[in-house]
Amino acid sequence: MARPRARHAWWRDTRWQGIALQALALVAIAAVGLWLAHNAIGALSRRHVASGFAFLGHTAGFGISQVLIPYTEESSYGQAMWVGLVNTLVVSAVSIVLSTLIGFVVGIGRLSGNWLVAKLCTVYVETLRNIPLLLQVVFWYFGVLQTLPGPRDSLALGSWIVLNNRGVYVPEVIFAPGSWLVVLALAVGLAVFFALYGWAQRLQRKTGRRPTIWWAAPLLVIGLPALALFVERVPFALSWPQLAGFSYEGGLQINSELAGLTIALSIYTAAYIAEIVRAGLVSVARGQREAAEALGLRRGLALRLVLIPQAMRVIIPPLASEYLSLTKNSSLAIAIGYPDLVAVFAGTVLNQTGQAIEILSLTMAIYLALSLVTSALMNLYNRAHALEGLG
Amino acid sequence: MIAFRAPPILHVGPVGWLRANLFSSVFNSVLTLLILALLAWTIPPLLNWAFFSATWAGTTREACANATGACWPYITQRMGQILYGFYDFDQRWRPDVVYTLGAAGLAWLMIPRIPHKGWAGAAMLTVYPLASYVLLTGGWFGLPVVSTERWGGLLLTLVVAAVGIVASLPLGVILALGRRSTLPVVRIFCVVFIEVWRGVPMITVLFIASSMLPLFLPEGLEFDKLARALIAIALFNAAYMAEVVRAGLQALPRGQYEGAGALGLGYWRATTFVILPQAFKIVLPGIVNNMISMFKDTSLVSIIGFFDLLGVIQTGSSDLDWAGPNTAVTGYLFAAAIYWAFCFSMSRYSAHLETQLAEGDRR
Repeated sequence: MARPRARHAWWRDTRWQGIALQALALVAIAAVGLWLAHNAIGALSRRHVASGFAFLGHTAGFGISQVLIPYTEESSYGQAMWVGLVNTLVVSAVSIVLSTLIGFVVGIGRLSGNWLVAKLCTVYVETLRNIPLLLQVVFWYFGVLQTLPGPRDSLALGSWIVLNNRGVYVPEVIFAPGSWLVVLALAVGLAVFFALYGWAQRLQRKTGRRPTIWWAAPLLVIGLPALALFVERVPFALSWPQLAGFSYEGGLQINSELAGLTIALSIYTAAYIAEIVRAGLVSVARGQREAAEALGLRRGLALRLVLIPQAMRVIIPPLASEYLSLTKNSSLAIAIGYPDLVAVFAGTVLNQTGQAIEILSLTMAIYLALSLVTSALMNLYNRAHALEGLG
Repeated sequence: MIAFRAPPILHVGPVGWLRANLFSSVFNSVLTLLILALLAWTIPPLLNWAFFSATWAGTTREACANATGACWPYITQRMGQILYGFYDFDQRWRPDVVYTLGAAGLAWLMIPRIPHKGWAGAAMLTVYPLASYVLLTGGWFGLPVVSTERWGGLLLTLVVAAVGIVASLPLGVILALGRRSTLPVVRIFCVVFIEVWRGVPMITVLFIASSMLPLFLPEGLEFDKLARALIAIALFNAAYMAEVVRAGLQALPRGQYEGAGALGLGYWRATTFVILPQAFKIVLPGIVNNMISMFKDTSLVSIIGFFDLLGVIQTGSSDLDWAGPNTAVTGYLFAAAIYWAFCFSMSRYSAHLETQLAEGDRR
C-alpha cells in the first residue's frame, strides 16, 4: 500500500522551518557583530587609541603592594597581569581551604543533636548568607582591620602573632642549606606510612585480620625527620616580627587587604558550603544511619565511615561550583585595594593604557579558562565516583 | 522484699528537655558549656556597643567624638541620603509613591486571600514599571527631570534589583529554551552566551558596561550610564536564570512533551501552555534564590561609581563631617540590617511557597 503523500506546503515542513530560522539567526548575529565592530573601529580611530596586544610588553611603571613573582616598576604590563593572577590564585586557595573547614563544621553542626549547636549554626548561615559579600569585605577591611592600632601600639601575643593596621605578622620559617634533607625525610616517612596503611587496608579486606601498624606512624613521620634534623644540626631558623622604627620587620606579613578579603570570602562562602554539606548528609538514606547504629558505631564513627563518604557524592559537584564562585568573588578585591587580577589589570593597567577591549577580553578569558579547568576536573571526579550503573 | 530503686530518668518537662538537647553526653555537655561561655563573652560587649554606650542624640560629629559605642545620630542625620541618594529634595514624594505602589502590588500578589492575582501580575509587569519610570525620571506631565546621576541609596538598589529581576526572567526563559533547542545554531549560540556570562565575575561585566560598551555604540549615541549598567546586569543575570529554568525543563517527565505533541500542539503552544507552567512550578524556589543573589549583587554597582545603599554608606563614613571608627561600623551594620531584612524575607517567602506548591503532590 502506498503511503499517502504529505499534503502540506513545503514551508510548513519543520525541517525547512528549522533551516530557515537558523539561517536567519546566523545572518542576524553576523549583522549585529559587524555593526558593533564597525562602531568600535570608528570609535578607536577617533580616540587615537592603539589596538592590539603590543601594550603587554610596555613598561608598567607602577608598584604593586603584594608581589609573589619577580616584579618591579620596570616590568611589563604582561608581568603585572601575571602578578595579579598569582594574587587571585593565592587568596582563592587560602579562602577555599578555610571556607571548606568552617563550612563542614557548621553544616554538620546544623544537624547536631545539641540544640544550642544547631541553633548557633543556623543563625550563622542565615545571617551571613543574606548580607552582600561586598559589604562584608568592606566591613572587615575598613570597619575592623583598618581601625586596629598603628604598629607602635600593636596588639601582640608575645612575638607569635602581631596585629596592627598594616596587617597580621607571624613568625616565618627560614630554610637554611641542608633543610632539604629534613623535608625529604618527612616526605619519605609520609609516603612509606601511607603505603603501609594501604597494605593494612587491603589485608584487612582480604583476610579480615588487621595488622597492628600504629607504632609505625610516630617512627616514620616524626622519627625520620627528627633524625635528619639531628644530622643537619637543625637547619631552620625562625624570623620573628619585631618593631623597627615605625613598622614591623621580619616574620611573615599578611597584608590587611589579603587578611580582610580572606576573612570575608571564607566566612561568606562557608555559609553556602554548610548548606551544601547539610543537604548532602540529609540525602543519605535514613536506613544507612540506622544500620550504622545497629552495628554499634558511635555517632562520630558513623559520620566518618558511613554517612560522609556517601554524602560526598552529592556534596562534591555543588562544592566545586562554590569554589568557582569564590574565585570569581575574589575580584571584589578591587574595593579594598588588594592587587588581584581585576584590580591590577582591569583596574590600574586599563586606566593607564585605555585599551578596554583587549584588557577586558583577556581578563574574561582568564576567568573562563579557570572555570573550564575546574569543570574538567569535576567531570573526571564524577566519572570516577559515580555509582556503578548510574554514572 | 523488692529493694528501693532510683526513680526513672526524667524525660519530660524542662529538665528532660535540657537532658535530651543540651547534656545528652559528656561531649555534648562540654560543647554546651563552651558555647555558653563564648556567648557570655561576646554578646554583652556587643549589646553594650550597640545600645548602652551608644550615642543616641545629637546632630553633629561632636556628639559621637567621645563615645565608645555606636553612633546612631549619623544614621538619623543621613536617613534622607540612605533612602533616596541625592534625589532632589522637593521631589522625594515621587520615589515615595513608587515605594508605596510597589508595596501595595506585592501585598496583592502575595496575600492569598486577595483575589484577581492575574490582574495584579499583569499590572505589576506592565503598568507599574512604566509608571515608576515616568515618576522617577520625570519630563512628562510637568514633572521636573531628575537625572539618574542623582538617584542613590536604597532607591537605586531597589531600581537595579527590580529591573535586573524583571528583565532577566524572560531573557533567561528564551535562553533556556534555546539551549535545549534541536537547531544547532540556536543551541550553540545560547550555550556560548550562557557559559561566557557565568564564567566571569560580575565586576568585569560592569566594567564592560562602563568602559567598553560606549566604544561599540555608533557615534553620537550617548547612553545613560545607569541604563548601560542595567543592560549588563540584566544580561548577566539572564544567564544564571537560564540555568535555573533549564533545570526545570529537564526535570519534567518526557511524557509531558510527548503528551503535548500527541494532542497536536506545536512547539510554541506546547511550550507556553504545557511545559513552562510546570517547569516554573518546579524551579520557583531556585528563581527566588537567584533573585536574592541578584539583590545582594546590586551592591557591586558602588564599585563603578554609583551611590547605591552601600555606596552612600561608604562615602558617608569617609566624609570628614562624620569620619571615625564607630561611625563607619554603625553605617555598615545599618546597611547590613537593611540588606538582611530584604534577603531573609525573600528566602522565607520562598520556603513558604515551596511547601504550598508541594501541597498538591502530597498523598
